[in-house]
Order: sequence, then C-alpha cells, then structure tokens
Amino acid sequence: MTENIYMPYLMKIDKITYEAPGVKTFMLKFINEDDQNRFTFKAGQFGEYSVYGVGESTFCIASSPTRKGYIECTFRQTGKVTNALSDCEEGSIIGFRGPYGNIFPLDEWKGKSLLFIAGGIALPPMRCVIWNALDLRENFNEVTIIYGARSVKDLVYKHELEDWKRRKDVKLITTVDPGGESPDWKGEIGFVPTIVEKIAPSSVNTIAIVCGPPVMIKYTFPVLTKLGFADDTIYTTLENRMKCGFGKCGRCNVGKVYVCKDGPVFTLTQLKDLPDEY
Amino acid sequence: MSIDKRLIRKDSLEKLFDILKQNNKTIYAPASKNGKISFKEAESYSGISTGYIQTAQSSKEVAFPRTELILDYSKNKDGISVKGIDLNNFPEIILWGVRPCDAMGIGELSSIFDWDNKDEIYNNRLSHVTVFGFSCSKSDEYCFCTSVGGDPGNTEGSDILFTRLGEDGDYLAEILTDKGSAVLSIAPGLFEKAGEIKKEQYLAGVPVRFKREIVRERLDQFFESEQWVEQSLKCLGCGACAYVCPTCACFDIQDEAHGKTGSRVRCWDSCGFSQFTIHTSGHNPRNVQSQRWSQRIMHKFSYMPERLSVYGCTGCGRCSRACPADMNILDQLISIQEAAI
Repeated sequence: MTENIYMPYLMKIDKITYEAPGVKTFMLKFINEDDQNRFTFKAGQFGEYSVYGVGESTFCIASSPTRKGYIECTFRQTGKVTNALSDCEEGSIIGFRGPYGNIFPLDEWKGKSLLFIAGGIALPPMRCVIWNALDLRENFNEVTIIYGARSVKDLVYKHELEDWKRRKDVKLITTVDPGGESPDWKGEIGFVPTIVEKIAPSSVNTIAIVCGPPVMIKYTFPVLTKLGFADDTIYTTLENRMKCGFGKCGRCNVGKVYVCKDGPVFTLTQLKDLPDEY
Repeated sequence: MSIDKRLIRKDSLEKLFDILKQNNKTIYAPASKNGKISFKEAESYSGISTGYIQTAQSSKEVAFPRTELILDYSKNKDGISVKGIDLNNFPEIILWGVRPCDAMGIGELSSIFDWDNKDEIYNNRLSHVTVFGFSCSKSDEYCFCTSVGGDPGNTEGSDILFTRLGEDGDYLAEILTDKGSAVLSIAPGLFEKAGEIKKEQYLAGVPVRFKREIVRERLDQFFESEQWVEQSLKCLGCGACAYVCPTCACFDIQDEAHGKTGSRVRCWDSCGFSQFTIHTSGHNPRNVQSQRWSQRIMHKFSYMPERLSVYGCTGCGRCSRACPADMNILDQLISIQEAAI
C-alpha cells in the first residue's frame, strides 16, 4: 500500500480538562469513523500532535488502550505548538499521527506487583499504564503509586488521584517538595526519592516503573537498587526531541539506539548500556 | 546477469539527450552558475557542464528535495480540509552526469528512508528517477571513494554507467538495470555493440587511505574519546557538510501558514546545529559541538552499519571542500583508524 506516513488523523477535541497551571488534558476523538475502528495502540506508545499552521509536537498517549473510542493527551504549555494547542477550544480539530514506539510489556507482568513512581508532568505517560493495569486488575498483585510534584497545585489528574486514594486495591502515596505544601495538605512532604526510601516498598516479585524529571530518576534508581530491585525489573521512558517518530529525522538516537523505535520504554539494564547522551 | 556493454559515439550523447527530451523526460544535469556546478533541469545539451570533478551539491535533491511538501490544509467554517502530496504524480527524471560516489549514495540514503516505516514520498520520487552515472577520469585530494567501498568506475546505484574512453574518446555504456534497458530501447540505434573494453585504464587513480571496517571497529570504543573535542574545535556548527552530503537525511518538519491555508513541509536539517536536539525544557542531550561532531561520524561509520547494514559515506569529499573552517573528514577518519585507544 502506498501511503503518506506523515499524514495525521484528524481529531476533534471532545473535552478539555484543566489539570494544573499550564497543564491540560485533551480527550480526542477521530473525525473519520474508519480511522477510529482501525486504530489500536498499547501502553507506552506516543504520537505527534499538531495544530495546522503551527506544527507538530511529541507526547505520549495518556489514556489506556482498554478505554475505546478516544485517546487522551496531557501536555504542559511551554513551546510554540503546546501554546497553540492550549489556545484550542472544545470542538477544535487537530492532527495526530501514531502510535509510535515500543510498549510497557504488561502481558509479561501478569501475576506481579506493580510499583509506579512518578514526578510532576511525568505522570501522563504512566497514567496510561496505571489505568491499563487497573482495568485488568485481576492480572496483578499489589499496585502501589508514589506520585510527587513541586507543589500541591502542580499535581496533575487530581480527580483520579482521589479515585485511586479511595480504591482498596491501590496504595497511593502523594508527596510535594518541601515548601510546596498547602495548609490542608495531608500527603507526604519530601522529594520523591526520599519518600520511596521512607515507604520502602517490597521488591519481591515486583516491577518498578519510574517516570519523572532526569534529576528525580537519577536519585530514585539507587534507592530501588538498595531495596533489592534488579535492573531488569526497573522500567522508565526516555523523552528526546523528535520530528518523524520512526527513525529517520536523526534527532532522538542515544548512540545506536533510537528512542522513537527502540523506546521510549527502557529497562535500567538497557539504560546502563547506553552512552551518557540523553 | 552479465552486464550489457555498449558503445556510444562521442557525438551521439547529444542525440540521446534530444531523444529523451522528445520522449518527455525531464533531465537534470550538472550546470554551472556563479562558478558553482550543480544539478539543474537541462533544456539543451550544450548547457551541461563537463570536466568537473564533483558538483558542489550532491544529486540527492532529486529524490529528497531541500523542501518537500507533506500536506496542504485549508481552514473553513466547517472545520479543516487536509490534502497530502500526490504520491502518484512525480515526474519521470533522467539524472544525468552523476558521479559514482553520488550514485552509490542513493542506496545509502534509501536505507534510511526505507527501513521499517517506508517513506513513500521518497520511494515514489526515486522510482521515477533513472540514474546516468559518469565514471571519473579525474579526482582531487578530497576524494576517497576507494576507502569506503567505491571506486571511480563503480556501477552501484547507476542505471547506466558511462565511461569516457580517453580525453576525446567515445563512451562505454554499461546497461545495469531495467530502467537502463528502457533507455536503450528508446534509442537503440545509438547504443552500438561494444568489443572487449578495459575501462580501468581510463579511470582516475584514487589511493586507499583507510579501511572503513577498521574505523567502525575503532568507533565501538570511541564514544567517550577526547579526540572528538580536538577534531571539532574548528567546527562552526554551520551544517554545510550535511547539506552537501549525498547520504545525510536529517530533516525537520515545519508548518507554513498563510492566513487560513498553509502547508506542512519537510526540510533538510543538520545534526551539527546546536539546537538540533534541544528539549523544550532547555536540556540538550548533545550540548557541545564535540558531541554533535561525534554523532555525525558515529552515525555514518557505526550506527548505520549496525542498524541498516550500510555505511553512510561514499568518499565524495564534499564536506571537506565545503567546510568554511577547513575541517577534513578524510584526515579525521585516518586519525581515528590510527588513534591509540
């Protein structure tokens, strides 16, 4: 079949949710029903979202593949495209092409406990996996989520955090950086790696998934190692600048590894094999 | 299949040109403008440059234009309509006068556009291009095709390879592909049966200066090398090397808006630019020029062989000729081969 691999699907913004200062979630629906019926993806994959006349921007699909008929993305307003996206209203039409990249191997994790550790705006790539796992809850043992942000107002998905807190089958720990707490804050206060160390989740038959700013990841890995997590049970996602999403434009490679094709999901074992250029 | 070897009289090339024009072929050939020779659409045979060692730009632009339309859009009261580039309407092109290094580069460039996700814009354009290679009878100190798997009479990538038999001689025409045979069938009278011809005696001598396999092996332990800093001290990050390279494929995707209509285009980019990999946060994985220079060499001599089973350099020497800071890739590759690790 001859097709233009750069052609986006046309998507209608069905719903906009304000998450945190500068952070919004779009629920997107396919304009063309055939596109919607054909489209499939798996947890961990990403896409190129575009505002026509402004450009494309790369982020993960933040909704779970178990939720059919739409996809969601969560982004922070920072650059040209995310500012233009932020100006869009419900009913606006944007472009989306994808899904690209590899996946979190949820099938391989059956019967295991899952430990999610996220910081700030890095909860979206993990939200996809969290809901995917919770929608197939019987497949997994314990589910623990440790989520931190700079301040209370920077925590994203506040309603879902409430949901997860109420659920008996999820252990949720939220934290904010020292000084970021509000007077009525009931969660933890401290940086994510410190809280992980304090909570000391068990590494027995457990997979740890870590997403966050580089500095959080850097200090969280050694804590997990100390808790007994083997390198190949620790997963993260890398986020490099991309244009194409499929290994041609030349930007995202770390050594011979293409984040867009070989990633974005990597185990710590794989990360340790990469040159320090990400 | 043994190669169909034919002889074309020196006066017959012009006739071939005219016949191809009569058959509605678009011909791109080297032409001189402001002292630089580049591939341009040729209206007449007399406008074609000869005697050049190398064109200033490679011929890649014919299949991978500097700016390529991806789609057009138009916003209206009902929403938006989007139309992708027509993939079935590319012109039939004869690419005339391609040096063997550029012809070999087409395969290397194609490997990037054609692995896994197939880039059909590129593929379809290329499928309409017939490559007329012209062997080299001259070379200069920047040429190093023989060190990277090529040679001045290399047939790889050409549909027909023409070799001039002496300074004022006739041409040997090696018909190498179906596209080449199709040209032969348009003008059969011009392609005479050739006797036994040894073309090597008419080719430029390009000494082998290093072995690319050894460079590749060296690079496996070279990522952290101090040599990248030393090699790239002069680098201005201007990207000229990437723009003239026959195998560089790095690109950007940009939107161009004009009121309610506009287009999305793909345009050439360079791994040498300081902002090429910068994140929105300001974090830049390749933060200094030595990392960017290392990426350029590693990509061509380590990552491409590993991932795509081809090297990304044809020894055309253009990057060295074009560099405003006089960096010489040949010298650098030799020093990588000879470096103590």
